[in-house]
Amino acid sequence: MRKRALFAIATRSILRNKLRTLLTMLGIVIGVAAVIVMVALGQGAQASIEAQIKGLGTNMLMIMAGSTSQGGVSQGAATFNRLTIPDAEKLARESTLLAAVSPVIFSRGQLIGGIGNWRTTIMGVSASYQTIRDWPVASGSFFTEADQRSVRRVVVLGSTVAQALYPDADPVGQQIQIRDVPFTIIGVLTPKGQTAGGNDQDDTVLIPYTTAQAHLAGHSRIGQIIASTYSPGDLPAAQEEIRAIMRESHKLAPGDDDDFTIRNQDDIAQAASGTARVMSMLLAAIASISLVVGGIGIMNIMLVSVTERTREIGIRMAIGARSGDVLAQFLVESVVISVAGGLIGIVLGYAAGVVLAKATGWTVATPLDAALIAVLFSAAVGVFFGFYPARKAAALDPIQALRYE
Amino acid sequence: MQPAPPVIRLEGVTRVYSTGENAVHALAGIDLVIGTGEMVAIMGASGSGKSTLMNILGCLDNPTAGRYELDGVSVTGLSRNELADLRSRKLGFVFQGFNLLARTSALENVELPLLYDRSGRFVGKESPAPAALRRVGLGERLHHVPSELSGGQQQRVAIARALVTSPSLILADEPTGNLDSRTSIEIMALFQELNTQGITIVLVTHEPDIAEHAHRIIEMRDGRIVRDAPVGARRIAIPAAPAENAA
Ligand SMILES: Nc1ncnc2c1ncn2[C@@H]1O[C@H](COP(=O)(O)OP(=O)(O)OP(=O)(O)O)[C@@H](O)[C@H]1O
Ligand SMILES: [Mg+2]
Repeated sequence: MRKRALFAIATRSILRNKLRTLLTMLGIVIGVAAVIVMVALGQGAQASIEAQIKGLGTNMLMIMAGSTSQGGVSQGAATFNRLTIPDAEKLARESTLLAAVSPVIFSRGQLIGGIGNWRTTIMGVSASYQTIRDWPVASGSFFTEADQRSVRRVVVLGSTVAQALYPDADPVGQQIQIRDVPFTIIGVLTPKGQTAGGNDQDDTVLIPYTTAQAHLAGHSRIGQIIASTYSPGDLPAAQEEIRAIMRESHKLAPGDDDDFTIRNQDDIAQAASGTARVMSMLLAAIASISLVVGGIGIMNIMLVSVTERTREIGIRMAIGARSGDVLAQFLVESVVISVAGGLIGIVLGYAAGVVLAKATGWTVATPLDAALIAVLFSAAVGVFFGFYPARKAAALDPIQALRYE
Repeated sequence: MQPAPPVIRLEGVTRVYSTGENAVHALAGIDLVIGTGEMVAIMGASGSGKSTLMNILGCLDNPTAGRYELDGVSVTGLSRNELADLRSRKLGFVFQGFNLLARTSALENVELPLLYDRSGRFVGKESPAPAALRRVGLGERLHHVPSELSGGQQQRVAIARALVTSPSLILADEPTGNLDSRTSIEIMALFQELNTQGITIVLVTHEPDIAEHAHRIIEMRDGRIVRDAPVGARRIAIPAAPAENAA
């Protein structure tokens, strides 16, 4: 029997019961739409996580206070507050593999300048922070080691801050108050964009850490130390070297646990994508359940259809259809239903992804491979759940079928 | 004149339905030869086994015992698929209840058997369906669906469907059972016309005046043939003219 004829028969019978077919498809539609939303957003999130991690800078290592158990949970409050400026200075002085080291002192505060005021994150860092984060300036310049040594009140603005306070003019050279302390703006950074979590990395100002200590924070407690190696190949060795220097700096006895944690870009990437993976798996579970439910719906309707069309099956057999022809007819019908459902699901899922992305500010990817897999999967559902009804039709006795009322 | 080679040869054919404990001998030993070009009517009381015989002749059913040769080829012991292929190649069916696909045009109903043809006879050729419909006088009704056709017209569509594959044998189980007497005569005229064009026809009927349109009447009782005789004064149905407006 010609394939085109099979499709013609299937589509005709499907179109004859439009509402019923639509309801039958619903399970598949929802299942596939869920898969597509999940993949579209998941891939979008993945892409922005990757961009963010790249944006952290090259060959970067991050040292944080607190030891890390195997589960990644910090142990004990007592182990906090143990990163100090001397730690950072010792690392910079003694390490052979690190190209640059910078402490990072975080605080939040009010800026007054330009056209008004603005609350933002103030980061006290060293001059080499720019190299580590690979973060060029858009105008002006970054502060220098000399600025840092002389505890100068100079500031480099993130692009969001510059936009907010100086929308019309280049702020370089202007005065700005940071927590009521006057600073001179010496540069504006290029935009780095959002993190995967939706945090604006450009909503920040950078000042020398020495100045931060002297004028803002007032003590030497620092959030983290970041460093970069000369080449990515040095990362493992550098990690060991940092560990040795830090243990010495913290005067840890040989049996003691580290009271700090060193993470590289891979660790950070894995932590971030781990969350995304869990979410993906959850959605995949939901999707496969609704695909199975959808498949059962198709099976149910196909069984009804076989019963309704018993006489038609008898006629077809009487005029020469083989059992295989009847089997193919019903199988094609259920596959057409499920694939059509899959296609509708792809369209709806993508549309939902775009809407969600608009609403949340996440990025949305075009999941071509996922769409292909969804189509194949729904076809498989059609074959699997259509097989039993189709076989039931094919096994009918033509005489009984012709007599069926 | 040479005697025509037989289309059907039955030898000692029985069909036993076993329903639970008691067995029904629907056919209790049938010997029958029907030659090419014959038009045969089968009569008999209800339950005498006419339909059972037609099902076996139509390769829809296998005899419990005995031999059946169709066109010189033994049908006994063939698989389901081989029987389906035989039906597709050699047989055409006309039923009492027309058995057309609903909401499907006359033309598409008639094209249906071509879909299942495995001989490749019709590949790349002009579809024989419109010609078949013209032959039964429905050349102007190609795109009507069954609900738009009268009973007689529906039976004509069914006949066109039966003859579209140029079968050697058309089997009709009570083809006029649902039609009034005038329309019945018109259908018989059509069968007679097809018969003169060389198609062998076997039909079941309860009405003697319908049966008298055949060359030969076979009477059954309790699964046996009790009478088998040529029709003395064969009726010739006058085809209603013009055929287009008939039925
Ligand atoms: N599927 C079946 N199972 C059991 N018995 C059957 C079956 N089909 C037919 N019979 C029996 O076989 C016998 C012959 O039935 P058949 O249908 O051939 O009669 P018929 O001559 O066609 O009758 P009618 O004129 O009423 O159509 C009947 O006694 C019937 O009950
Ligand atoms: Mg009968």
